[in-house]
Amino acid sequence: MSDNGHTQSGVLYGMAIDLDKCTGCMACSVACQAENNISFRPDESNKLRSITWMEVYYLDNGAEHPDYRFSYLPRPCMHCNAPHHSPCTFVCPVNATVRDEATGIVGHIYPRCIGCRYCMVACPYHARDFNWWDPAWPEPMEQMLSPKVSTRMRGVVEKCSFCSHRLNAARSKAYLDGLEMSEVTYTPACVEACPSQAIAFGNLLDEHSEVARLAKSERAFRLLSKLNTEPKVYYLSRHPWLHNLANASL
Amino acid sequence: MKEEKRSTSGRTMLGGLFFIAGLIVALIVGWVVFPKVLYSQKTQPMNFSHAAHEDSACEDCHYFLPDGSYSGTPGIENCRQCHEEPMTDSEQERILVEEYIQKDREIPWLVYGWQPDNVYFSHAPHQAAELECVQCHRDVTADEEKLPILYENRWTGYSKSTMKMVECEKCHAERGASNACQTCHK
Ligand code: HEC
Ligand code: HEC
Ligand code: HEC
Ligand code: HEC
Ligand code: HEC
Repeated sequence: MSDNGHTQSGVLYGMAIDLDKCTGCMACSVACQAENNISFRPDESNKLRSITWMEVYYLDNGAEHPDYRFSYLPRPCMHCNAPHHSPCTFVCPVNATVRDEATGIVGHIYPRCIGCRYCMVACPYHARDFNWWDPAWPEPMEQMLSPKVSTRMRGVVEKCSFCSHRLNAARSKAYLDGLEMSEVTYTPACVEACPSQAIAFGNLLDEHSEVARLAKSERAFRLLSKLNTEPKVYYLSRHPWLHNLANASL
Repeated sequence: MKEEKRSTSGRTMLGGLFFIAGLIVALIVGWVVFPKVLYSQKTQPMNFSHAAHEDSACEDCHYFLPDGSYSGTPGIENCRQCHEEPMTDSEQERILVEEYIQKDREIPWLVYGWQPDNVYFSHAPHQAAELECVQCHRDVTADEEKLPILYENRWTGYSKSTMKMVECEKCHAERGASNACQTCHK
């Protein structure tokens, strides 16, 4: 353990989302839904009850016509890197959600989860959803589920995993090819789907990675950084009002 | 007074006898009957023999795909190379040829160490760590008269020989491999 409460390792996966490039097409959200076997309700209008790992928000600056500005903001799990604990891992009574210090990924193990929803309350980003019903898919869709991600059951919480199953697959291949584990890169489904290439993903500790470069950009900011949750998802925008909004009072 | 005393001790004896008899019955139910009831017995679709295929290398049937995943049990295209027509008058080979190869049906092999859907297992890191197959599987090179029966837990659907999480984690801790939850869970 170092002073900041993290064990040292060569990998810290993170994301950078360029809001100036984002067109709000929601391809990331749809790709995530399909990749991770996220279930949906016949009526999806109640957003407090539906499940979305990659939520796309519509934000505006609240000004009147000539000064009116808006932006879309895709929001995965921030995989908070705060020392010792993320808000959710701190409160979980059964260790169902734990941050892996070797990769920085905050996982959530569904069969371990007891559905107390304490983590949902603790998460300042609303990145977690609860399964109020047994997940169900209409007739032919059940056969289209991905075997790479397990389906959830009623009564557990779920959230974005940074597509850790894709990391596992990439590491498997790296073991076979005899590569160095710290050099393994992979692409989450949302990053792959983005038509305007607004999302970058990679190792924040690797100075040469695009995501590390973008995280240091002048346009970069993080959501609610004043809470010291240390999100590993960075946003980029040249608009000051967005920077301000990201840290506005709750 | 004396008589009364004798009769109580007789009752205690009888009670003890009932207790021991009950205990024995409970033990038999718990140790013999319950496990039999708990596990259903499943047999493989045919009696495949590894010993009869010693001429082939393991990698002819169990190999890695270029993306790092494992081919698992071989498909009928593999068997067809040699078993297009029956070579022997073995009943097992007849099943293979007539029931599967000629009908173009894949063989539904049972996997003894089958893991539940929420577990991610990969052979690649274990191959890289040079583990022997027998550390996790039965020894297929031993002369097997018949393929073993798969005992399936009626309650959980797990196979009796599914490796438990503690066993995976124990070896990982000993060998310094990752024990982060999402390493093995998906
Ligand atoms: C002709 C193809 C073929 C060859 C060659 C072959 N196998 Fe198999 N193997 C199979 C089939 C079919 C099964 C599934 C039936 C069974 O469990 O025996 C299997 C199953 C297995 C299993 C059991 C997996 C489980 O269910 O737990 C192991 C372990 C295994 N093989 C190891 C080996 C090893 C080691 C070699 C080399 C000595 C080898 N095999 C060679 C076809 C083959
Ligand atoms: C560290 C333990 C371990 C070692 C070592 C190991 N296996 Fe396995 N194997 C497993 C597990 C666990 C499964 C079940 C996978 C599942 O259901 O997801 C499995 C499944 C299989 C299967 C069934 C098909 C499949 O992939 O589901 C075959 C065939 C097999 N192994 C062959 C081998 C051979 C051949 C070797 C040696 C080269 C080997 N295994 C080494 C743990 C191991
Ligand atoms: C390289 C050629 C080859 C391949 C590939 C092959 N076999 Fe065979 N198989 C043989 C030979 C040779 C025998 C006869 C061995 C003997 O009788 O000693 C045999 C025998 C058998 C038998 C009869 C065993 C007995 O004694 O009753 C079965 C069943 C069988 N194979 C199943 C399979 C299956 C299933 C596959 C595909 C996974 C397969 N074989 C792939 C060559 C092959
Ligand atoms: C006999 C020892 C042993 C057993 C049993 C074992 N493993 Fe492993 N496993 C290893 C070793 C050693 C490595 C690391 C290889 C390396 O770092 O070079 C590993 C690596 C892995 C990895 C890849 C981790 C990474 O770095 O990405 C996964 C996934 C995995 N094991 C899953 C399992 C599961 C699931 C089980 C139980 C069914 C299991 N293992 C049982 C020894 C074992
Ligand atoms: C080395 C691999 C490995 C690691 C690391 C691991 N697990 Fe598991 N886990 C398994 C395997 C294999 C099973 C299935 C076999 C069993 O039930 O024991 C399992 C089963 C479970 C189950 C029971 C599921 C059920 O349906 O009964 C829970 C809960 C669980 N794991 C939670 C966790 C949590 C929480 C962590 C992190 C602290 C974790 N696991 C880390 C391999 C692993």
